[in-house]
Amino acid sequence: MSSNPVMAPPTDTTVSRRGFFMKLGILFNGFAAMVLAVPVVGFLFSSVTRGRASGYLSWVPLGSIDKFPEGETRLATFQNPYVMPTDGKTVDTACWVRRIGGDQFQVFAINCAHLGCPVRWFQQSGLFMCPCHGGAYYRDGSRASGPPERGLFEYPYEVKNGVLTIQAGELPTPGAAMASLCTEKPPCA
Amino acid sequence: MRMIAKVGEWFDHRLQLAAPIREAADHPVPRNTASWFYVFGSAALTVFILQLVTGILLALIYVPSAGEAWSSLQALNHQVALGWFIRAMHGWGSNFMVAIVLIHMVQVFLFGAHKFPRELTWVIGVFLLLMTLGMAFSGQVLRFDQDAYWGLGIGASIASRVPVAGPAIVKLMLGGPIIAGATLSRFFALHVFVIPGMLIAFVGLHVLMVLRLGINEWPMPGRIVKRATYERDYHALTKSEGAPFVPYAVWKDLFFAGFIILAVAACAFYFGPFGPTGQPDPTIIQTAPKPDYFFLWLYALLSLLPPSMETPFLLIVPPVAIIALILLPFLSGEGEKSWKRRPIAVLTVLLIAITLGTFTRMAQFAPWSPHMNAWSGDPVPDRFVHGTTALERQGALVFQVKQCRNCHSLGNTGGKRGPALDSVAVRLTNDQLIRQVIQGGGNMPAYGNNLSPAETTALVAFLESLHPEGQAPARDASREVVLGDSDHKEAVAQR
Repeated sequence: MSSNPVMAPPTDTTVSRRGFFMKLGILFNGFAAMVLAVPVVGFLFSSVTRGRASGYLSWVPLGSIDKFPEGETRLATFQNPYVMPTDGKTVDTACWVRRIGGDQFQVFAINCAHLGCPVRWFQQSGLFMCPCHGGAYYRDGSRASGPPERGLFEYPYEVKNGVLTIQAGELPTPGAAMASLCTEKPPCA
Repeated sequence: MRMIAKVGEWFDHRLQLAAPIREAADHPVPRNTASWFYVFGSAALTVFILQLVTGILLALIYVPSAGEAWSSLQALNHQVALGWFIRAMHGWGSNFMVAIVLIHMVQVFLFGAHKFPRELTWVIGVFLLLMTLGMAFSGQVLRFDQDAYWGLGIGASIASRVPVAGPAIVKLMLGGPIIAGATLSRFFALHVFVIPGMLIAFVGLHVLMVLRLGINEWPMPGRIVKRATYERDYHALTKSEGAPFVPYAVWKDLFFAGFIILAVAACAFYFGPFGPTGQPDPTIIQTAPKPDYFFLWLYALLSLLPPSMETPFLLIVPPVAIIALILLPFLSGEGEKSWKRRPIAVLTVLLIAITLGTFTRMAQFAPWSPHMNAWSGDPVPDRFVHGTTALERQGALVFQVKQCRNCHSLGNTGGKRGPALDSVAVRLTNDQLIRQVIQGGGNMPAYGNNLSPAETTALVAFLESLHPEGQAPARDASREVVLGDSDHKEAVAQR
């Protein structure tokens, strides 16, 4: 802004000149905002975009298969593979491991397929029950009764050198990637 | 005295604030609005300021880290002098704020204050309500305990049902793939910076508009609001029978504000702070999370809706309700203001209040939740096994061990998810009982795979003994004719 108001009396030309500079200034700031918006938006949505690129899922060991007696369902815990230093205990995750026999397993998410409350296993009646809204599932994870519209979420598993590993890393919700990882019909109870 | 006046003048010469403040204080309000019905707006502002102050005090100690939030709350409760009281004030202040905002809204609606020219004041008020609810939910998350942890899981499960964008919304909300440190940090940012900042700006606008447009006059039946004449009539009214806001009307606001602050303090002192409940450790699964008071109705609704209706309901009803609230003053911007001439308005308020109240009340009992410990904690009352046969007693044992008690009550103990079985034999015949146990149905799991024939026989024998004295159990009359056999049990034994 080098124009001198004393030297240049307000005429149409000077007004339009200043108006032009103002518009240029606005444009310039718009450009600066756009430059800034790229990293800001990238930062804000990093938790979403990372999930799409390399993904959050990876293989996690649950321990030796000897820990899981045949024909029984046991609680197992693992650390979520994606960890931040401030996570505290929240990265510890629980899951239900059902050993059907030999290398045949079913690993269920602890989260009810309705709204994610932790389901509990009842050996005697062979049911998983949810304390929140009363969803119930059979021992093979299929829906028994209550509000859930589907069976329990299942983690894909592998047995390597006698160690049970599962593919985990995301909160199991009805829309999550892991909700459809195990789509084949589970072996019958 | 002179010195103070001089200093005051020096400041006002530079600030230029005395004139607009005096103008706001002296602006005339209709005499009949100096009423106890008109105190809820200022009361909401009072509690909001209280929340700001107590919130800042809590932030002096609170640590927004998933690893340490819970222990910093414990320190506030037990270690820092009067930390428990500040926490309790903030928690009770939150409940009071939601309640007062709702009462304020109902009063405004019933007094027709949302009509012309105050439509925008109402719309901003709707946003203020949503922000207040947002503060209530995010505040519950900052109380990082088991309820907060699983409550976030419920929020994520609801968000994930949004078509296409669901999983992305969940990750955006949680700040990562699971509920963890980033989740708490972003809810802290929302609760402490983003929403309060917007609240302050919107409250400022809301109050400014009340000052500019004038307080709603007391609605008189038959005095119709018309866009062409309303503002002229209102100014005539405030001129002819108006009185300066200060002190004519403000003293009631002041009294009520003081009363509300003392009421929050009394609740805080008497009832103490909310939680925190157990540690937010997801491997501790012995928990039955419940939302805070103002979201209990939603908890009830999510249990009682038919499963297939749930997702459409969750995704359609809230946006429709919010749009309806925003459109309200544009659809009924003119006409009668008095509730005495607006029966549908009154009935709508009553219907919503009774519905929310009923759901809230039901959620306090949560009859839909199984009692997870009933099978081991609530024995079958002895009157149900007194004088029974060995088979029936064996059945009572099966009934207990197979966790039937978690959902079915006997003598008013046990779960209420399924029907009480005190007199089930009167309702169901032997065949129907067997079918119900084996195949389930009507929201009961099938137990066929988990009961041996002997267990089923014993269980059904016990269930058949459950009928009031002097009232015969239900029986299948046709079977007696077909089999020529009057004894059910023999028929069962023969099979």
